[in-house]
Amino acid sequence: MSLLDTPLWEVIKASFSAKVWSGLIGAIGDTLYMTIVSSLIMLVFGLVGGIVLTIMCPDGLFPARGAYTVLGGLINILRSLPQMVMIIIMIPVARAIFGKSYGTNACIIAIAASCIPMYARIVESSLLEIGKGKIEAARSLGSTNFQIITRILLPETLPSLLRGFTVAVIGVISMTALAGMFGAGGIGDIAVRFGYQRFQHEVLFACIYILVLLVQGTQWAGSFISNRILKKRCLLATADGGIKAHRVNRNKNTQQNIENKREEKTIVVKKEAIL
Amino acid sequence: MSGYLDIRNVSKAFNVSGRELQVLRNVNLSVDKGEIYGIIGFSGAGKSTLARCINRLETPDAGEILVDGVDVVKLKGKELRQERRKVGMIFQNFNLFEAMTVEKNIAYPLEIEGVKKAEIKKRVQETAELVGLADKLKAYPGGLSGGQKQRVGIARTLIGQPDVLLSDEATSALDPQTTLNILDLLKDINERLGITILMITHELDAIRYSCDKMAVLENGQITESGAVADIFRNPQSKTGELFAKVSKEFRRAENFTDGEGI
Ligand SMILES: Nc1ncnc2c1ncn2[C@@H]1O[C@H](COP(=O)(O)OP(=O)(O)OP(=O)(O)O)[C@@H](O)[C@H]1O
Ligand SMILES: [Mg+2]
Repeated sequence: MSLLDTPLWEVIKASFSAKVWSGLIGAIGDTLYMTIVSSLIMLVFGLVGGIVLTIMCPDGLFPARGAYTVLGGLINILRSLPQMVMIIIMIPVARAIFGKSYGTNACIIAIAASCIPMYARIVESSLLEIGKGKIEAARSLGSTNFQIITRILLPETLPSLLRGFTVAVIGVISMTALAGMFGAGGIGDIAVRFGYQRFQHEVLFACIYILVLLVQGTQWAGSFISNRILKKRCLLATADGGIKAHRVNRNKNTQQNIENKREEKTIVVKKEAIL
Repeated sequence: MSGYLDIRNVSKAFNVSGRELQVLRNVNLSVDKGEIYGIIGFSGAGKSTLARCINRLETPDAGEILVDGVDVVKLKGKELRQERRKVGMIFQNFNLFEAMTVEKNIAYPLEIEGVKKAEIKKRVQETAELVGLADKLKAYPGGLSGGQKQRVGIARTLIGQPDVLLSDEATSALDPQTTLNILDLLKDINERLGITILMITHELDAIRYSCDKMAVLENGQITESGAVADIFRNPQSKTGELFAKVSKEFRRAENFTDGEGI
């Protein structure tokens, strides 16, 4: 069914048919598999890369200007390669590891290689958000650098790290679709083969639904968990977030605190009005 | 003459975009055991830098810093970390760990030392009671008021049983009533535990309230030091004079309005 000879709503209706979806189940599995495995690889290497970048920067925990410049430069080079080029470059690597240069596992290598540098930068920017004072306090309490990383740096920036990971996973999802064109299988593969080569637009539509749902679901889950943590720590900067958190904590002075906060707020508002 | 905390000829310069910025010039200071010693100075005078040198968050370019006879400038690695615990520090903006509950914040110095769980629990409870936070142990710092946050900061430092407490503008972000409460707490800690306190501030009244002796830091140099009452009555340095004048002016204005009111 093609949009060239069928009205749009017919195509949309057909895109929900059992026939279309039964042909997609395997592809959905492939996409999920590629997304999850690539994301996990990206998480491990990107996190390590981001931490190394952060601590080696000139005012970091282990300043190392030379190594920082080299690693930063390498990441920049990798990041400037278009994803498609990265897939082509990784073909021989995949062949060396898996004995074949196509298929889901082969493409995971390319996806990881392309997304790790990006994620390392995201991690770096999250980690740099930490207040310098906290690191200083930890050091003044006698922490080793390793303790500062594991007990202060990572937990304190966790909500931001989670949001960054969400962005990166969405990048992975879109790259699985691209990798589909290079024989990775999955939704992208189906979209190209049926939607582009055979003009079966109802299949293309179904593929789009799936990708949209995947991305939405990932974003929602990431924001949800990150906000949960912020709320637990009483750090959510929404109008009522603080108040809710206070209730949860059931502090004795809760009501007093809220009133103080309210007063502060009205004072600020008044000040602004005067200005 | 040598005190418990002895700062001898300490200098420190920073390299700010290629230019040398001399922040501490030949600072000498001697604080006796169990004293609450005040340091006053304007913004940028080098007060925080001095405190950070004592805690070795910064390394002085020259001079010695003796804590109970040990020169902390020479320490490295494990010895340095242990010494840092003996010189506790509390901060203007508290610097609490927001990912941890109050309990975990206070327990942190013991946890990284590998102290046993039961022992930690007991000491956290004791310390929390000492600073008046026993009912807040399960709360997160994000939900506390400024005064409560500073109490957590104090408890977190105290649990390591320091000999010296560096208070770097610990009350500057607090309202007057809370400032008074925190100053009382510091006094109480000083009396009960015999901890030597170096109180850095730009509030002369805080020093008058808490300290017997003080020094004035002006542009990286100690311009005068001695008994608080003397410096307040008869300041010898420009900074000392200004601070004393401002404080007296306020007092006079206060008395005046009091008189009017009746
Ligand atoms: N790490 C640093 N690098 C460069 N310059 C610094 C650094 N730390 C402090 N300075 C400079 O040293 C001077 C003294 O700073 P310091 O923080 O010790 O002042 P302070 O007396 O504590 O002031 P305040 O009352 O505002 O806290 C300032 O001019 C500051 O810009
Ligand atoms: Mg300061």
